[in-house]
Amino acid sequence: MADKESRPVVVVTKSGNSGGLADLIKRTAAEKVGPEDTVLVWPNLVYIEFISMLAVAVLLLSLALYSPAPLEELASADTTPNPTKAPWYFLGLQELLVYFDPWLAGVVLPTMIIIGLVLIPYIDPNPRGKGYYTFSERKFAVLGFIFGLSLWYILIMIGVWFRGLDWSWYWPWDDPHIHKPAGAVKLVDLQVIIQNALNLSESPLVTLGRYGITLANLVTWALLVGYFVVGITIPFLFLRSFYNRLGFVRYNLTMFLFLAMLGVPLKIFLRLLANVKYVLVTPWFKI
Amino acid sequence: MNNLLDRVRENVTRTQVWKSIFRHGYPNTDANRALVMFSNVILHLHPVRVRRGALKIKFTWCLGGLTFFFFVLLAITGVFLMFYYVPDTRRAYNDIKDLGSVIYFGSLFRALHRWSAHAMVFSVWMHMTRVFLTGSYKPPREFNWVVGVILLVTTLVLSWTGYLLPWDQLALWAVTVGSKMAEASPLLGNAGPFGAELGMTVNNDVAFVLLGGTVVGQSALLRFYVLHCLGLPLITALFIAVHFWRIRKDGFSGPL
Repeated sequence: MADKESRPVVVVTKSGNSGGLADLIKRTAAEKVGPEDTVLVWPNLVYIEFISMLAVAVLLLSLALYSPAPLEELASADTTPNPTKAPWYFLGLQELLVYFDPWLAGVVLPTMIIIGLVLIPYIDPNPRGKGYYTFSERKFAVLGFIFGLSLWYILIMIGVWFRGLDWSWYWPWDDPHIHKPAGAVKLVDLQVIIQNALNLSESPLVTLGRYGITLANLVTWALLVGYFVVGITIPFLFLRSFYNRLGFVRYNLTMFLFLAMLGVPLKIFLRLLANVKYVLVTPWFKI
Repeated sequence: MNNLLDRVRENVTRTQVWKSIFRHGYPNTDANRALVMFSNVILHLHPVRVRRGALKIKFTWCLGGLTFFFFVLLAITGVFLMFYYVPDTRRAYNDIKDLGSVIYFGSLFRALHRWSAHAMVFSVWMHMTRVFLTGSYKPPREFNWVVGVILLVTTLVLSWTGYLLPWDQLALWAVTVGSKMAEASPLLGNAGPFGAELGMTVNNDVAFVLLGGTVVGQSALLRFYVLHCLGLPLITALFIAVHFWRIRKDGFSGPL
């Protein structure tokens, strides 16, 4: 039936449906994708989508029946729950509050993540690996992305499952109702560690308003700036082909974002292994 | 029996009513199967034909489509929940309680809304990961990746604004954590670097704009409600439209 109504089958493949039908047919012919390589979306693809939608709907319905939405006590500004946890998808950022001040953990780092994500297509000039899964053809891109993603998920899992009263570390077998003893560890700023180790003077060399710049403080500035300068220079010197592929602007953006991402676990290790509170202290901000 | 069903179908699809609605015959011929895709507003997001490889689920894992499905589910269950909810700090909590005890299917709809929201956040992340790993953001699709990142942000903000609405302890304090971070914004927050230098105080900084006050109270609840139910869904829907449109314009990257 319906043969009377039948029109020429319009083969639409890679391109969209911008122009008229004639345009479509012309473009399709140009792409040399014949009907033999392709299948009709109805029913082949529509049916897969429909089944996956149904499966997920069943899953959601079961979850909803099995575990209804929780409702705690009425909101009250007088009683602060302990611990106070953000929604799970923000717990990675909240976990960072242990190691960074709120302006960094809650504002600057998330902003850099978003800017970094937006920049990905513009700083990755590698033409290979488009439209298929591959690791060998784009090792740096895949490793960098997976590293950031793992960091994000690990921090979330710590926040969800390993943080309890007073945001202390709780193993699953610890009693969640008993407070952990307050840490005996005393955290020290990096500039104090340097000052004591090198026996540097505590009196400021220069004073800019509230900011008394000591020699040790200058050393911490040099270390932080040096981290980025050295990190950007080393691949430039020893992996020149990498630099050449990216060009000046892409290379510097990529390396800055990459080193900033690497800096997050580095600061965490400095805190955990060397009890460093801040690596850089100024009257306005501390890192 | 089959013969009878075929006869019924033929008679139905020949009627003026059927033709006025669908504009094509029953999709059991190639011509009509192509016309389905042309004449249906939702289905025409697809091309008429795809390469055989597109049927491989292991390429996309259906993640983008499922994210959209969660968005639609959230809109439907959200409208239902809006019938029973007033964003008033004296009422909101009890309205949510009523959903669990006196309203038919209230608990189910609320649970579905919550699980769909969690699922949407997660599937957006997984979709982004998939698109990265298949290199589908590479030219000419750079801008659609950017639209995707915008959608990631609106999804997170949608989820977060919805978190406050039940007005329980979880809601109040989760949002308090967030507003403390806003106060610590560099330049724009009263507690952030150079905030005080730029004249930021508790009642004119970015956290004040977000909450409509200095604490999480009635103004904050109303703001979050309006953003959650109206502002952000509109923005998200707009960018979803752009996202889908660009997929069709730029074409599929993989075996699709």
